[in-house]
Amino acid sequence: MMKFGLGQSALRVEDARLLTGKGRFTDDVQLEGMVYGTTLRSPHGHARILAINTSAAKAMPHVLAVYTAADLADYGAIPCLASINPDAATPRYALALDVVRFVGDGVAFVVAETRDAAKAAAEAIVVDYEDLPAVATMDEAMAAGAPALWAHSPDNQLWTWHVGDQATTDAAFSAAAHITRLRLVQNRVAPTSMEVRAAVADYDATTGYTLHTGSQGVANMRGMLAGAILKCPPEHVRVITGDVGGGFGMKSFVYPEYILVLHAAKHLGRPVKWTGDRSDAFQTDTHGRDMVSDAALALDAKGMFLGLRVKTWSNLGGYQAQFGPAIQTFAGGKMVGGLYRIPAMYNEVVGVATNTAPVDAYRGAGRPEAAYITERLVETAAMEMGIGRDAIRRQNLLRPDELPYQSPLGNLFDVGNFPALLDKAIDAADWHGFAARKTASAKAGKRRGQGMCYYVEIAGIAGNQEYADAKFMSDGTVDVAVGTQSNGQGHETAYAQVVAATLGVDMARVRIVQGDTDRLEVGHGTGGSRSMQFGGAASIEACKAIIAKGKALAMAHLDSESIDYEAGLFKASGTNRSIDLFELAKRHPQALDARGHYKTDKPTPTYPNGCHIAEVDIDPDTGVVEVVRYSVVDDFGTIINPMLLQGQIHGGVAQGLGQALIENVVYGEGAQLLTGSMMDYALPKASHMPHMTFESFGVPNPNNPLGVKGCGEAGTIGAMPSIMNAIVDALDGVQIHMPATPEKVWRALQGKVVRLAAE
Amino acid sequence: MTPFVYHKPVNVDEGLARLKASSDGAWLAGGMTLLPTLKQRLREVTDLVDLCALHDLTNIQLGANAVTIGAMATHAMIAGHPDMFPALASLAAGIGDPQVRNRGTIGGSLANNDPSADWPAAVLACNATVVTSAGSFAADEFFTGMFSTALSEGALITAVHFEKPARAAYVKFRHPASGYAMAGVFVAVMETGVRVAITGATACIKRWPAAELALTKTFTNESLAGLAFESEDMLGDIHASAAYRAHLANVMLGRAVAKAMV
Repeated sequence: MMKFGLGQSALRVEDARLLTGKGRFTDDVQLEGMVYGTTLRSPHGHARILAINTSAAKAMPHVLAVYTAADLADYGAIPCLASINPDAATPRYALALDVVRFVGDGVAFVVAETRDAAKAAAEAIVVDYEDLPAVATMDEAMAAGAPALWAHSPDNQLWTWHVGDQATTDAAFSAAAHITRLRLVQNRVAPTSMEVRAAVADYDATTGYTLHTGSQGVANMRGMLAGAILKCPPEHVRVITGDVGGGFGMKSFVYPEYILVLHAAKHLGRPVKWTGDRSDAFQTDTHGRDMVSDAALALDAKGMFLGLRVKTWSNLGGYQAQFGPAIQTFAGGKMVGGLYRIPAMYNEVVGVATNTAPVDAYRGAGRPEAAYITERLVETAAMEMGIGRDAIRRQNLLRPDELPYQSPLGNLFDVGNFPALLDKAIDAADWHGFAARKTASAKAGKRRGQGMCYYVEIAGIAGNQEYADAKFMSDGTVDVAVGTQSNGQGHETAYAQVVAATLGVDMARVRIVQGDTDRLEVGHGTGGSRSMQFGGAASIEACKAIIAKGKALAMAHLDSESIDYEAGLFKASGTNRSIDLFELAKRHPQALDARGHYKTDKPTPTYPNGCHIAEVDIDPDTGVVEVVRYSVVDDFGTIINPMLLQGQIHGGVAQGLGQALIENVVYGEGAQLLTGSMMDYALPKASHMPHMTFESFGVPNPNNPLGVKGCGEAGTIGAMPSIMNAIVDALDGVQIHMPATPEKVWRALQGKVVRLAAE
Repeated sequence: MTPFVYHKPVNVDEGLARLKASSDGAWLAGGMTLLPTLKQRLREVTDLVDLCALHDLTNIQLGANAVTIGAMATHAMIAGHPDMFPALASLAAGIGDPQVRNRGTIGGSLANNDPSADWPAAVLACNATVVTSAGSFAADEFFTGMFSTALSEGALITAVHFEKPARAAYVKFRHPASGYAMAGVFVAVMETGVRVAITGATACIKRWPAAELALTKTFTNESLAGLAFESEDMLGDIHASAAYRAHLANVMLGRAVAKAMV
């Protein structure tokens, strides 16, 4: 029964809607009497607000209200949910109280009858700023004499976190025959979802607030808004999420505008819409990455890993975002070292305050960063010691007979066959046939390089439970509401396959719904590649409950004490008497409706893993890097829909390639954002992308009913290290930082950049 | 966007009168630069005089040795014209994306004179004539500085006249984000000698006299040996330093020469 419908590339049920313009995104929400809000943002990286004069703005035509922080004193700060040092809090309110801390920090919110009137009025607000010295980079923030951005942290270092054992790691390094050291910079990137953020709020005195916004889970959003910020019971807030055009982590969080539209809707008694533009997105969406690491790998004379030591400085931005401190620590900090047998490891992370947009989860959230550190080290060590880059991985990867393996950093690596997967990837990429391709490239005037990454992710760490709620409809279908939220991945299809397979019915009779707290008030949302692992399991629980209820009802209909269920039919055991599931549901309205709750006693993450192999051609005249071959072999356990999964890998690789080659958020003098539009922020385009081959080498995960492992972020994790390793190979070992822009690569080829030493 | 009065004249004289009567009006050709600027409230106008109904200005008259391209001809029209000089057709086909090529016009591009635009390179290298409602300009006189031209206040470009080069090619290095030329080189073998125009690397489109001299002697890549592009108004930014742009100008010229030889 379980196998039916699973493992097949069912076409996306959401596509007909999305491709014919019938998607309903937040900005498509039009409510009667709706008015429009806009945020006046700080043009300064760091400044004190001395006075705000809103009188001219308020007097402008069609303007309904102008709010400043003084009007919002009743609301709480947007909470940091991952505090590491409670003494170094960096509270952020819907509008800046007295100090603006990055370009784009909100100062006032204008509501008017039209968007243009609101924007015109925002320009008429006079803010008297006292410019304060600003720091954009961690080097600036930690330099002697740098301005202290927060009184509690004079050196702008908000906290230090560590994992592993420093003493045993030091000992391992003392015993090493070879030590590879690298300084690694992981550039700041902007999530740049295709659909920018937007919010529409409405308020009703009896039912309370309603917020439409593109979230990554309505129950999470409601919980965060109601408790700490609006200070009302969650039942007084309804959150609705329609179609979402990309989130990548960034849309998980409460943003100031959500509070502002809710406040304005309540105050004005009219629905209020705010739709960000691309400038708002570049300035105020949480950014990703932005860290510098000094990393070292200790090896014995045969190239066996003895120890790993990492110190990372993580740029947190102007405020510690909701999960900001967690990214390089709880989420990614334990993942350095990968799936290698490394007996001693120590990872220390310093959180640094700067005058930049807050940094938070971005596709992979700490795990790509960890893999980048590990895989750049491993590959460099192999080059330095003259060991094959495949061989050094094979000899250090955990073998199946060593599993489950408790890593020194606290991961319990459960199942997999990593060396076999590596071999499969080497075959898929024709790794050993590289020399001929290198010669061919050289004849064409290009420098070719190949690079590898064996990554591991930890998926499903954001909550160990999920809900699914099934309701039978009068048209002979079943609606299943899930507590997760598609941002474009195709959840309506994947969940429908799971439900259809579990109930043994046609997929067309299953409709997946999501994104309305009035329909399902609980759930843990989508993030950290958790949806199928937990939501899929919850859907199965709902199906089981339906079948149990159905059996009880079928007894009377079939006049039997013993009922079997198969392929949508309840049957009296040993007879041919049966009743169809949907027929039974029709005869007993609501009686078969059921809620599934899947919860594990302890956290049960999965460890998706795989091997990416990239080949690049470098044009030595211009420094342009072209990724010309790309092979992926992944272990995602059981695969529900291979086509959707490959879509996740393709998109993930595109984001990793973007970060490796061209994407870069740059702040300049005075912490001014220099990459504030698509004219300056480079995104990968179709022409940048290689043809990719993909193969699955799945070992089902034993800790969840579907046997799945998260696949949403894996593509990104494998792409950055494999592409950068290939570039370093093409440069004959010259180290280069991301993004490997043409000028940087060209300069490296001129011998103008020497290797950056670390520690 | 702030409110403005929209005009759609049906002939050039009416357009000139409408613009003259406005207090702070602007021509709207393809709108590829102007409209985003207005939408982002970076510019306000009282009037927009839309040239889209001036159908005569989209004419392309091709002779054996010359072409006159109406100012409102879109990049796509030029790229798709069956007998267009290959170097011009290929330049037009490489501008922006299909949306831009189907709206953007040669006249709009020349009037705007963006330092990274493609058309100024062709016009300058081919020594084309820019025909306006207030007289004609040789290319060498037309481009006067960053976003500025010799076009008189309130006047309108109506056409561009190109003599056919014996050989010509345009090669550009695209900006990774915007796709504009970060260094684009148009080389043209004209009756008077070889002309080389560099776009994207300097504040305003530039000729490269030393390269022109060398290529006029011998039109081969080898004759460029030892030459290095330099200019006091080199552009440099987070994407490419002045030195790298100058280097790219060298590389792109070499590729343009090679392409022109084919």
